[in-house]
Amino acid sequence: MSAISIIARLTFREAIRRRIMLAGLVLGIAFVLIYSVGTHFIFGQIAADTAANMPSQMTANILQAESTNAFMMMGLYAATFLSIAMAALLGADTLAGEINSGTIQTIATKPIQRADIVLGKWLGFTGLLGLYVLLLCGGIVLSTFIQSGYSPQNLLLGLGLIYSESVLIMTITLMLSSAFPALATGGIVFGLYGFAFIGGWVEQFGALLQNDTAIKVGIITSLLIPSESLWRRAAFEMQTPITGSFGSPFTTTSVPSPLMIGYAFLYMIVVLFIAVRIFQKRDL
Amino acid sequence: MADAIETHLLRKVFGDYAAVKGLTLQVQQGEVFGFLGPNGAGKTTSMKMLLGLIAPTSGEASLLGKPIGDREAMRRVGFLPEHFRFQEWLTADEFLLLHGQLLGMKKDDLQQRRDELLERVGLTPFRNKQLRTFSKGMLQRVGLAQALLNRPALVFLDEPTSGLDPVGRRLVRDVIREVSAQGTSVFLNSHLLSEIEVTCDRVAFIQHGEVVRVLDLASLSSDQTSVTIRVSNLAAESLNGLSQWGREIQMDGEFVHMIIASETVLPEVTRYLVAQNAEVYSITPNRMSLEDIFIETVGKDGGL
Repeated sequence: MSAISIIARLTFREAIRRRIMLAGLVLGIAFVLIYSVGTHFIFGQIAADTAANMPSQMTANILQAESTNAFMMMGLYAATFLSIAMAALLGADTLAGEINSGTIQTIATKPIQRADIVLGKWLGFTGLLGLYVLLLCGGIVLSTFIQSGYSPQNLLLGLGLIYSESVLIMTITLMLSSAFPALATGGIVFGLYGFAFIGGWVEQFGALLQNDTAIKVGIITSLLIPSESLWRRAAFEMQTPITGSFGSPFTTTSVPSPLMIGYAFLYMIVVLFIAVRIFQKRDL
Repeated sequence: MADAIETHLLRKVFGDYAAVKGLTLQVQQGEVFGFLGPNGAGKTTSMKMLLGLIAPTSGEASLLGKPIGDREAMRRVGFLPEHFRFQEWLTADEFLLLHGQLLGMKKDDLQQRRDELLERVGLTPFRNKQLRTFSKGMLQRVGLAQALLNRPALVFLDEPTSGLDPVGRRLVRDVIREVSAQGTSVFLNSHLLSEIEVTCDRVAFIQHGEVVRVLDLASLSSDQTSVTIRVSNLAAESLNGLSQWGREIQMDGEFVHMIIASETVLPEVTRYLVAQNAEVYSITPNRMSLEDIFIETVGKDGGL
């Protein structure tokens, strides 16, 4: 068994033993339940209102599909945020905490490479986040489908992008955790996330108001931290055209290009590489 | 055969503070080597450099004939860190399996070795308990087992008896003797001088990140014995007569202190005093302890 897979399995087992998995599962189910109960009443109300007020069945159907999509996107947005929080929490303490406590010393003095430790943890967290995103987003999509028979377009691509965003945030956190203490790492990650979020908003409003400067500010922010562009591409893939034309944090008006998405993946690889380099160089 | 450890002017600077100034030493194969020094002398930093945890600022070092950090060498090295913390959510069994896997041990060999070591450190009844439920002494024991999994050619023990009760300390001491008898070199970092004194073949005194003295402990017991004689009615010329057996003779009330070459002269000294009509109440030889040498070497202030 390679050192990377030993560390990855250890990371998984740690999440189970320290009840991180359980907490994620319970809160994830609660999240999907609340979404389901809320949308159950909302969808029912919308169906009744549109049937009563719309001139034709066709317009009623369109309006119902639009509003269902809008609510689903809202749910997915919240799920994305929770996945990002999970990504930051998983990554923040891992290297920093083990360096601080000295746990890393007996691991790092084994005949393995330091890169194996970082990559093994990354792989373990990537697996954990996959399960979490599947639970949250899969729950939202499934609940919506069961209640209304609606399923969004480009579902797998959209969920894949949402998952990639959480993995990107986790990778950035891991890099910071190899250099800074856990608390500082968590603080910086949420700061960066907020930075990307505001940049995304500026770009969206720029697009709505057709202000080129605002759009450029958004693009520059995305180049610095491309996390939010992954969500916006995911939203673009899954939302209906009418929903997309309204500016809101849950939807997208200015669409990140495939080039930007490619950049985000490249960014992630570079950050992971830097994480390995920092960890290789530092004193433990 | 290559030395177990060889360093040449190993140096580590943190900012503008030199934690280790220039460490030069050799540890031979099969030797139990004590690393002694006051707090903050650079003992742990030195050990971490040898283990590849900390990159030296300058200097050279090799373990088992390979440059430090070499993975082939690390396969044959064991390490018990100071105040160590482990994955406390693992059971003792899982913990040892994890470290054995990281050492690249074969499954059968690892399981056999794990059982053997759990038994040796007395943790077999607790093997399925998570480490979070372990006392400090139990953690130290499982840590020691971890350090010996791969039957290392060289094992580093950083303060292995800290936090242990007398029974645990005896266990560590016995285990050190056993592995040493099997040919393992032991590098023991401790400030418990009595521990070092009974386990080590040689010691290095380190102060301000430099080796200030290397001492062969086998020679310690024979030379430099001081003796205290409680005696009354001893004439001044009789006192001077003692100089034929010893030196640095001092009289302090009814106590006479002197340094003799060997305990074998004591019966002669006794006969002499009796012949001089002195009243002898007691004769107590005091072997010069490692503690005396330690204080003599690093100074009473501990080199602060």
